[in-house]
Amino acid sequence: MDKMKTLRETGLMFRRSMQHTLRNPIWVFLNLFQPLLYLFLFMPLLKSLGGVPGLPAGKTVQVFIPGLLVMLALFGSAFVGFGLVDEIRTGVIERFLVTPAHRSAILLGRLLKDVVVLLVQCLLITVCALPFGLGVNLGGFLISLLLYALIAIAMASMSYAFALLFKSEDTLASTLNTIALPVSLLSGIMLPLALAPLWLRDLARVNPFSYGVNASRALFAGNIHNGDVIKGFIIVILLAGITFWSAIRSLRKMAA
Amino acid sequence: MSNSIIVTKNLRKTFITKAKGKKQSVEAVKGINLEIGKGEIFGFLGPNGAGKSTTQKMLATLLLPSAGEARVNGYDLSTQQQDIRRCIGYVSQSGGTDSLSTGLENLVLQAQLYGLDGVTAAKRAEEFIDRFQMTSFAERRALSYSGGQRRRLDLALGMIHHPDVLLLDEPTVGLDPQSRAYLWREIRHLRDEGITVLLTTHYLDEADKLCDTVAIIDNGEIVAAGTPSQLKDDIGADSLVFGFASEQTAQQAQALLVDRAPAENTQVEDHLLRLRLSRGEQALPALLRLLDTQHLPVLSISLAKPSLDDVFLKHTGRSLREDQAHG
Repeated sequence: MDKMKTLRETGLMFRRSMQHTLRNPIWVFLNLFQPLLYLFLFMPLLKSLGGVPGLPAGKTVQVFIPGLLVMLALFGSAFVGFGLVDEIRTGVIERFLVTPAHRSAILLGRLLKDVVVLLVQCLLITVCALPFGLGVNLGGFLISLLLYALIAIAMASMSYAFALLFKSEDTLASTLNTIALPVSLLSGIMLPLALAPLWLRDLARVNPFSYGVNASRALFAGNIHNGDVIKGFIIVILLAGITFWSAIRSLRKMAA
Repeated sequence: MSNSIIVTKNLRKTFITKAKGKKQSVEAVKGINLEIGKGEIFGFLGPNGAGKSTTQKMLATLLLPSAGEARVNGYDLSTQQQDIRRCIGYVSQSGGTDSLSTGLENLVLQAQLYGLDGVTAAKRAEEFIDRFQMTSFAERRALSYSGGQRRRLDLALGMIHHPDVLLLDEPTVGLDPQSRAYLWREIRHLRDEGITVLLTTHYLDEADKLCDTVAIIDNGEIVAAGTPSQLKDDIGADSLVFGFASEQTAQQAQALLVDRAPAENTQVEDHLLRLRLSRGEQALPALLRLLDTQHLPVLSISLAKPSLDDVFLKHTGRSLREDQAHG
């Protein structure tokens, strides 16, 4: 009974967020601009590197695209907290909190929208990469979409948790930038970590998203029953759980 | 007591803030006791930072009280928050309108969050669009609304589920006179429907003309409470100002009146003589005759009944008007 109520409220909140996005679809595409630039202006640089460790000759696209999609999941979701800060300031969130709606529904609805937007973006990037010779294993690809969704949930929840904590765009921006850059550098998104010196590889091991990138590459290669995939999923699920829980906690404590 | 819909006992809120690594506690609300009757318009009057909004937020289940207890509609604030949420409406100062959605969408979603199904919610939204005369703009996105239009939507959002208690935080701040008059009419209309309204304001006239009961709040404490006329009657004396041709005449008049009339707190300021006396309009003719017989011609007269500002001044030593001028 209670679960049905929360589910219904999540749906209502999702519909509202989705309406906002669809009224301004330009943002969905603006978010795609950066990954597309990487695809067209950066990936060609890798071609001549083919043959170094982690980048088999002629298969650079196969290594690069799974990383790029993780980057999209990370950065596309990292800044969703800004919209929330705005709604905290204008009292919209407070208005929802006064209703009997379940607290988690307020966040879940938004997260669901973030995931839908990301999946559309991932599909578009993948299609754009096909002419570059990207090979797609359908089963692996579908499972990888689930992985990106989880990464987006983790990153967006973190963004929401900080938004609820700081309630200010400025602090949120500097915090998210401080986190996002090292996280992406230490995950082997651009170049495989196989190229890295040992100390850098050790450092990357602390970064949960580097496991996501490994899982993503394994899935694109069709290695579904791979240790990297299982490890990646476990870590990303744990991370999403922790960040979502802390976002809910911040929401409950927002005013108190 | 049985008629009270909101009862609070020693309600307190202390905020812990961290400044430069040091923990500081700020007592925003210092033990508030309230008994608000069903169908009353109850007003919290006080300057910014007095604790009005904090008290209201606690009653709206948005803030946890640090101490004390409260019942809203019979439900305990600390254990039955969900029940309280179902029977109250809250309109914050910033309103809480989702400006990227239309007025209609805002209303329908709000109704659905209170458990109404889609069809009933849409019907209810239409009712409120009619009632608050929002037909001409309900299908536009709220970011294009004027202040008055937005405020009407805010109020409708707070009432869409037919609450028993409506909490309004500074409902008319920044509104033009027409919108303000419109909102006052609507709030009175709510009382006629038996809805209890608890509003905060720092406008003297709003507390005076709109509210049945006023609690003057300063520094987290209620310093006086009662109907506006009770509060003003407690001040007792009206304020009377005579104007004379010179300061000398004014001083002569002062000496005369202190000697021969029941005038209190006389004070000469330039060529003006100020004094306080009860039932000023009845005492005035006799004073004028007295001054006339002593050849002290009065050039101007002003008689003012005590205002809620006088009440505030009496209890806090400050004027609310001055606070506003500085705030």
